[in-house]
Amino acid sequence: MSKVMENPRNAYGETLVELGKKYPDLVVLDADLSKSTKTIMFAKKYPDRFFEMGIAEANMISTAAGLASCGKISFASTFAVFATGRVYDQIRMDIAYSNANVKIFATHGGISVGKDGASHQMIEDIALMRVLPNMVVFAPSDATQTRRIVELMAAKYGPMYARVGRANAPLIYKKDDLKDIKIGKGIITKDGDDVSIIACGTMVDYALDTRKLLSNDGIKARVIDMHTIKPIDKKLVLKCAKETNAMLTAEEHSVIGGLGSAVSEILAEKGCSCKFRRMGIQDMFCESGEPKDLFTKYGLSADHIAKTVKELLK
Amino acid sequence: MKSHNDELIKKLNLIAVKIRKHVIEMLYKAKSGHPGGSLSAVDAIVTLYFNHMKHNAKKPDDPDRDRFILSKGHAVPTLYAVLAEYGYFDVKELKRLREINCMLQGHPECRHIPGIEASTGSLGHGLSFANGVALAGKLDKKEYNVYVMLGDGETDEGQIWEAASAASHYKLNNLTGLLDRNFLQIDGNTEDVLRLESVRERWSSFGWNVIEIDGHDIRQIIDALHEADERENQPTMIILSTVKGKGVSFMENNVDFHGVPPNELEYKLAIRELDTLQRKLEGI
Ligand SMILES: Cc1ncc(C[n+]2csc(CCOP(=O)(O)OP(=O)(O)O)c2C)c(N)n1
Ligand SMILES: [Mg+2]
Repeated sequence: MSKVMENPRNAYGETLVELGKKYPDLVVLDADLSKSTKTIMFAKKYPDRFFEMGIAEANMISTAAGLASCGKISFASTFAVFATGRVYDQIRMDIAYSNANVKIFATHGGISVGKDGASHQMIEDIALMRVLPNMVVFAPSDATQTRRIVELMAAKYGPMYARVGRANAPLIYKKDDLKDIKIGKGIITKDGDDVSIIACGTMVDYALDTRKLLSNDGIKARVIDMHTIKPIDKKLVLKCAKETNAMLTAEEHSVIGGLGSAVSEILAEKGCSCKFRRMGIQDMFCESGEPKDLFTKYGLSADHIAKTVKELLK
Repeated sequence: MKSHNDELIKKLNLIAVKIRKHVIEMLYKAKSGHPGGSLSAVDAIVTLYFNHMKHNAKKPDDPDRDRFILSKGHAVPTLYAVLAEYGYFDVKELKRLREINCMLQGHPECRHIPGIEASTGSLGHGLSFANGVALAGKLDKKEYNVYVMLGDGETDEGQIWEAASAASHYKLNNLTGLLDRNFLQIDGNTEDVLRLESVRERWSSFGWNVIEIDGHDIRQIIDALHEADERENQPTMIILSTVKGKGVSFMENNVDFHGVPPNELEYKLAIRELDTLQRKLEGI
């Protein structure tokens, strides 16, 4: 059965337009990528509240903070690589330290960027944002969840970062689902009691595929959609560690500093001795290629995760 | 317009001396901080707060207030002293600059210090931030003006020029920059470190209205600020020709006093010089 696809970037653009009506103080900034990030939808509907900042990301971030200091809800968008690494100091000072009401919504996160290559495949953004005090970090798993998370970002005061990929993504949730989604509350998307796969972003769908593969071998996997990486749902992690025999994290990000690190920190500090693996990019830069081929080569395919689970459960 | 009331000028000059004395005392007490760039910025900041800007110490969050953003955050002792003297917080706080469990951080911090608009200290951000405040003012059809002070060395930063483009692109005539042109940064003369000249032509080629004045002459500062406010369609950069360390002879134009506080002897000498200056202004 083929999956229903929807692009999370479109979901972002459409949600911004809806929120523009709800919040007269919502403003959007972009750095010459509005067609890719889909902020162009907002720009067309609310030209006065859209600021094209040109290829000048540092200026965009600090300007977003200046606007926020006057009561605006600022959404700033560009590719994940430029939205974080390039402007780390601006985010640190003007958004995190200042506890400004700025929402950074980044697209083109991870290796699913594909052919543009390692220069554009941002695999450190979650780590960079997670270490900043005051910053909330999201990686929505599909278009529906993206809609809900963008709504949450606008509704609650404070610095927030969200990243989605470039590619179309299979719909995991129906368009009007997830009405009760909460910041920092993970979702058990499918239950099982042999192994827990805690995933975020694009990897949630891969984890669901992994679950199917494992069920052929009689292994029941639980899939957790950890859309908020900070603050992380500590309770849920510990519950899963107790209830299943093994745990894996899966993220389209370096295994250093992201979801895998966040989960290991919880397990280590609680003295949990559950079997554990971090699936993600293993501390290396990747390369140009089709996303599917990259996921296979760099160990993120469902086959690879299923194999790792079986080894872990041996 | 040009004939200012002498009493006003005298009053502002006296406040400036008082602020300089605060700065010296604060840095001596804190045993750290940046005297040079604090002292060069005094006259412009005093004129802004005590004569020019619409603001109210009792209502630091008034949405209609004029805003001042100190992009060269290391000069914050001057701003703290001005805010305290104006009534934003107790003057006693100044003695506790940079101390643990105290309000006044080593660089500007906007969440806990009344009157501080932006957290700065990492150079190069303030003009972009000010652009955001000015854009919000336009969006909300507010009358307020935004003032932002930059160091000359600070304009080595690329972000300044991103912001310079954006401010003129968005025709931010409610924005005025004040460039503390003291020709010094940490590693030496600005022209040796990374040439900035022609500063005037740079800013005007970026689409800014440029005014050049003596940054220690309060009459000129008053006039330039008025001229800047009246500008249509364009932001204004006031290039303040200044002396780093202004007011303390052995600190003046002395790069060694960029980030080193006075020792005991220097402290006493500095206060004595400033006292003499004060008496002279008072006509005693
Ligand atoms: C991004 C950044 N780089 C370096 C510094 C360290 N620093 C503090 S002050 C200064 C020199 C500033 O010179 P200038 O802007 O001319 O200031 P002023 O002469 O008015 O003190 C430097 C390099 C900093 N605060 N921020
Ligand atoms: Mg200087």
